[in-house]
Amino acid sequence: MKDRSMELQKELISGHYDRLSRANDEGKPVVYTFVPGNLTELMLSFDALPVLPEINALQSGMRKKSGGFITAAEKAGHSEDVCSYVKCDLGMMEQGNIGPTGKALPKPDLLLLSYTGCFTFMKWFELLREKYDCPVAMLHVPYQSRGEITDDMREYVVKQLREEVIPKLEQVSGKKYDEDRLKELLGRSAQAEDDLVWVLESAKHKPSPIDGYFGGVYYIGPLFTAFRGTPEAVEYYRTLRSEVEQRIADGLGPITPEGELKDERYRIVVEGTPNWTHFREFWKMFADERAVAVASTYTKVGGLYDTGFRHDPTRPLESLAEYCLGCYTNLSLPARISLIEKYVNEYEAGGFLINSVKSCNSFSAGQLLILREIEKRTGVPGAFIESDLVDPRYFSPANIKNRLESYFQMIEQRRSGRPKSIANAGLEASP
Amino acid sequence: MSDPASALIDRCEAIVNDLDHTSVADWKRQSDGTERKAVGFLPVYVPREVIHAAGFLPVGVVGGGDALEIIRGDAYFQSYICHLPRSIIEMGLGGKLDALDGMIFPSTCDVIRNLSGMWQLLFPDKWAWYLDVPQNLSPRLGGRFYAHDLQLMAKELEGLGGLEVTPERLRGSIEVYDVHRGITEDVFALRREAPEKVPTWELYMLIRAGLILPVEDHSELMVEYLESASKRTAKRRDNPRVIVAGAFCEQPPMGLIRTLERAGCYIVEDDFSLGQRWLREPLRITDEDEPFGALAKAFLEHSAQGATRFHPDGEPKGEELVRQVRECEAEGVILASPSFCDPSLLDRPMITAALDREGIPWTGFKYAENTGQFQGIREQAGTFSDSIRLWSEAS
Amino acid sequence: MRTVIGIDLGSTTTKAVIRDEDGRTVGRGITNSRSNYDVACAVARTEAMNQARMRLLADAIGEDDELAGRAEPLARSLDRAFRHEQHNAQLDELRKQCEVAADSGRAAERTDLGSVLDTIFDQLKVDAERMFAPLAESRSDFFRDMAGSGYQAKAEQIADPETLPFDLLLGLYDQAILKVENAPGDLSLEALGAASLKRMLSKRGDSDRVREPLSAALRRAMAQDIEVMCEVGTGYGRVRLPFPKEQIRSEILCHGLGAHMMFPGTRTVLDIGGQDTKAIQVDDQGIVTSFQMNDRCAAGCGRYLGYIADEMNLGLHELGPLAMEGTKEVRINSTCTVFAGAELRDRLSLGEKREDILLGLHRAIVLRAMSLVARSGGIDNQFTWTGGVARNPAAVQALKMLVRENYGDEIEINIDPSSIYTGALGAAEFATRLAGEA
Repeated sequence: MKDRSMELQKELISGHYDRLSRANDEGKPVVYTFVPGNLTELMLSFDALPVLPEINALQSGMRKKSGGFITAAEKAGHSEDVCSYVKCDLGMMEQGNIGPTGKALPKPDLLLLSYTGCFTFMKWFELLREKYDCPVAMLHVPYQSRGEITDDMREYVVKQLREEVIPKLEQVSGKKYDEDRLKELLGRSAQAEDDLVWVLESAKHKPSPIDGYFGGVYYIGPLFTAFRGTPEAVEYYRTLRSEVEQRIADGLGPITPEGELKDERYRIVVEGTPNWTHFREFWKMFADERAVAVASTYTKVGGLYDTGFRHDPTRPLESLAEYCLGCYTNLSLPARISLIEKYVNEYEAGGFLINSVKSCNSFSAGQLLILREIEKRTGVPGAFIESDLVDPRYFSPANIKNRLESYFQMIEQRRSGRPKSIANAGLEASP
Repeated sequence: MSDPASALIDRCEAIVNDLDHTSVADWKRQSDGTERKAVGFLPVYVPREVIHAAGFLPVGVVGGGDALEIIRGDAYFQSYICHLPRSIIEMGLGGKLDALDGMIFPSTCDVIRNLSGMWQLLFPDKWAWYLDVPQNLSPRLGGRFYAHDLQLMAKELEGLGGLEVTPERLRGSIEVYDVHRGITEDVFALRREAPEKVPTWELYMLIRAGLILPVEDHSELMVEYLESASKRTAKRRDNPRVIVAGAFCEQPPMGLIRTLERAGCYIVEDDFSLGQRWLREPLRITDEDEPFGALAKAFLEHSAQGATRFHPDGEPKGEELVRQVRECEAEGVILASPSFCDPSLLDRPMITAALDREGIPWTGFKYAENTGQFQGIREQAGTFSDSIRLWSEAS
Repeated sequence: MRTVIGIDLGSTTTKAVIRDEDGRTVGRGITNSRSNYDVACAVARTEAMNQARMRLLADAIGEDDELAGRAEPLARSLDRAFRHEQHNAQLDELRKQCEVAADSGRAAERTDLGSVLDTIFDQLKVDAERMFAPLAESRSDFFRDMAGSGYQAKAEQIADPETLPFDLLLGLYDQAILKVENAPGDLSLEALGAASLKRMLSKRGDSDRVREPLSAALRRAMAQDIEVMCEVGTGYGRVRLPFPKEQIRSEILCHGLGAHMMFPGTRTVLDIGGQDTKAIQVDDQGIVTSFQMNDRCAAGCGRYLGYIADEMNLGLHELGPLAMEGTKEVRINSTCTVFAGAELRDRLSLGEKREDILLGLHRAIVLRAMSLVARSGGIDNQFTWTGGVARNPAAVQALKMLVRENYGDEIEINIDPSSIYTGALGAAEFATRLAGEA
């Protein structure tokens, strides 16, 4: 039986792709943008329709289409070394830009480049601009190199919103900036954000009623993409929260592709983007070991809400600026480590796992230091596995399963303590 | 007959190959027993004028090249990340950067960005600064932010024991670097005009030494080289003139550059160590100019079109390279990218599209700073230069 | 005898270790993993079982008053005869399969192959007499290697470029050896014991005196029950074992524990295997506290040396000794398996000497492994190195040098020539523990 929240999410998404498929014909402005630092409320306040190429790429990965798209992009001159999201998106475009629902995606009227936390975004839109010949609105979001958002940074972003982003949105939509409307949307965002945080933090319960990584990917969906600020998103999160409340009351574990996970055995914090081409297979490797991801950093790429940030209708542009600046991948490495350390402690995790994806240097560069630091600070054993976002060539199931098994067995062995005695016998064996 | 230019290059080579940075340590020690300070910076671009004005020696750190064995550096980076950061970590942990009192990480790419945080953790006693160069190129927005960022950095340097970066002092430093920029361009112009007199591997060493030497010394060195090299009487060969592009951050090993030349190419323009030629025009600062603002303005208006800087709407990417090809009378382009370098490699399809539109021949390969085998590249470059020659004979 | 078995299904070799109730290792077996893990597993297990049975036999000989005092040399001699019988049994099978191959395809058009094969195999049998003579040194444990090099040498002699191409003969062998490896027949002491005894006695002057007591000892040894209390499997192919989940352990745990058992002071373990490299940290009880495995990139694994050996047309075991002849270490920066051949040819074309290049290659591969060790937390005293590459003298030399350079002179480095069995030994210890719980 499907949960009501899942049906709601499905409806949301299919409705959106329907609108997108008609957008060019109906003259609705279409704005391409990225998940981290997405300015959804602002776009919606202009009645613009957001398209998120990362989401299209990950959907292609889940639908096992990404391999072909990537090959097409590589044939067109892209290196095998570079980000597979970009190649998947460009390959998809070459082949008609057919979205996940089988309908063609509309052309962009504007590329809104809020490049929070990823330099490759910049290249991505430079590449798309050559194909679509449309303007780019550049929103430079400074990096939180010292682990804090300064007034200067906020002001710089707000000024760019006023002088760069809003005028371009006005231009493509033919509408004036309507701050009241924006405030209304932001108010609804904050409501949904409260519920999302509640849901994510429900994993502090034992057993956890949710999986905060694999399951978390679904929970963040509406709020990280085109729906933040809509009444439908508010409704989705209210429903989701009540379902999770019920699971806690019933003492149930998380839902996995294999059904409910009973008798949680390992509580793990996960860092890094999931692999999408083998998403369910990967998840199953956890479920088989009865491992639950109680917290993850990936569920913070589109907004770090559990440390207190909310969109704020009383400070519309300022709070949008803070939102962009605060996304997980815009944090300094020391700040990321502190956050993970906090998760390990607060969620009472017994393990910490990094899924290091080849494509994403923003996440991956430095992860081995993160691993070492977290082990040092928390005493919790860490594991390191490698895969990719949507390049199926970089997911080796046997390899990853081997590592995960080794890891869980190591935790188990450490947990079960020391044997009374070991016969110290060498290997000599001769008749 | 001894060639003074060659001797100069030998000196440069010794400085560049000294991974322990003893020349920097020597510079720091004053005769009165006090110590000056040196600050390192990573590629691609950092305005060295500000460091200079604080009385510090700016030292470019571009990795250990092919001479450094990597153990600890590899422990921190996955195999799919470029080579530069692992060799910098190796040097840092191996004490080879001890002469540096701090390190500046410009916003070049995600890897260098994250390295700035790693540095804070691995070397907590050393000053580390992330320099967010603007991607919004409007003077009112990115320009103002950047000028302010530079002021913050100057304050930090002051806190580190540097001189106060007053407008006068900074203007003075800008002038020193304007001189340096001028001479640098003169040397590049000589190579363009007479590539037989200025082999690229020499020029490369000369420029690399400029990452380490005090700017005044380096300017003098370049003047000497220029005088000496221009007197050379080498015969010009029938080699095709090419531009090498894409190698602006992690540097190729010397052997690779020599390989390209031996394969029969005259390299007449390149973007090796691009940061030193990032600002394409002298600032020509006056006493009325606010110097931080002037540096920001120069960045917005006269930057090289590097892959690490947002390419604004307007002419397609690669057009600047096409113009360069015309100006240098180059006959082809060699695109050399470090393996796993997102900025360089993602730019490549846009650049090749521009070259194709103009019918400019190009070839491309990947390298790492410690690439040890050049056979493939030798063959590729040889074939490329032959085909250019044949093509130009036919047309 | 009550025993436990540990099986390590590695990507290149499969190993089995049998231990008795007192924790003594009573038998070991090793075979190449082939494409068929099930067969490999059975072969290694049978071999270990044979050794255990041999041990019983040695005990039985010792119990006999008449043979007392001479038990050890007699047992050794019988063991040698047994291995000779095993070899001959496989040679017979190989010959049969070569004949089958000679009757099919292109080869079937020829009528002379039967007699050619007769010549080759007759000579191989004669060679075997020498190989299993007292004091003869065995060069390889694997039938494939022993028979392969012999067959190739004979075929080279007989072959004639005009009339009898070498490739044709080699082709027969290649087809046949796969079949023999996948269906090796019964090579147990039970099956070959009597013949072995006969072979042994045929070479002795005192055969009349020892025949009866030895036969009796053999019967007594065979009659004893070797009970297997528990089996635990590990290694890359462990999922193939028909064991319940609790009888499967990761190779990380088994290597950590195995290394601890061999050298109880072990804190850091490095295992360079064919397909992967592991760096493991263990505590004073052999419990793994952290580990790292090589990333997707296989640079720095044993496989790399395999490519190099192929490229140089050498046996894998010849690389190390050749490298030791090098006088100058050529600097190799890339250990990328994909470019191994190109790198090598490039160096050779630059006029570098083969042994000097190899010296550099060994350092490069160990360098990669040392990075992995650093990744797992560095080296703590003592440091134990396991895996097939640890038998390579050039790699050992490079490793010792790098450990000294990076971790100082105080680190004790343990390398056991039998370390290839480390994982299986650890698995056997887990089996002992499981048997104790039951």
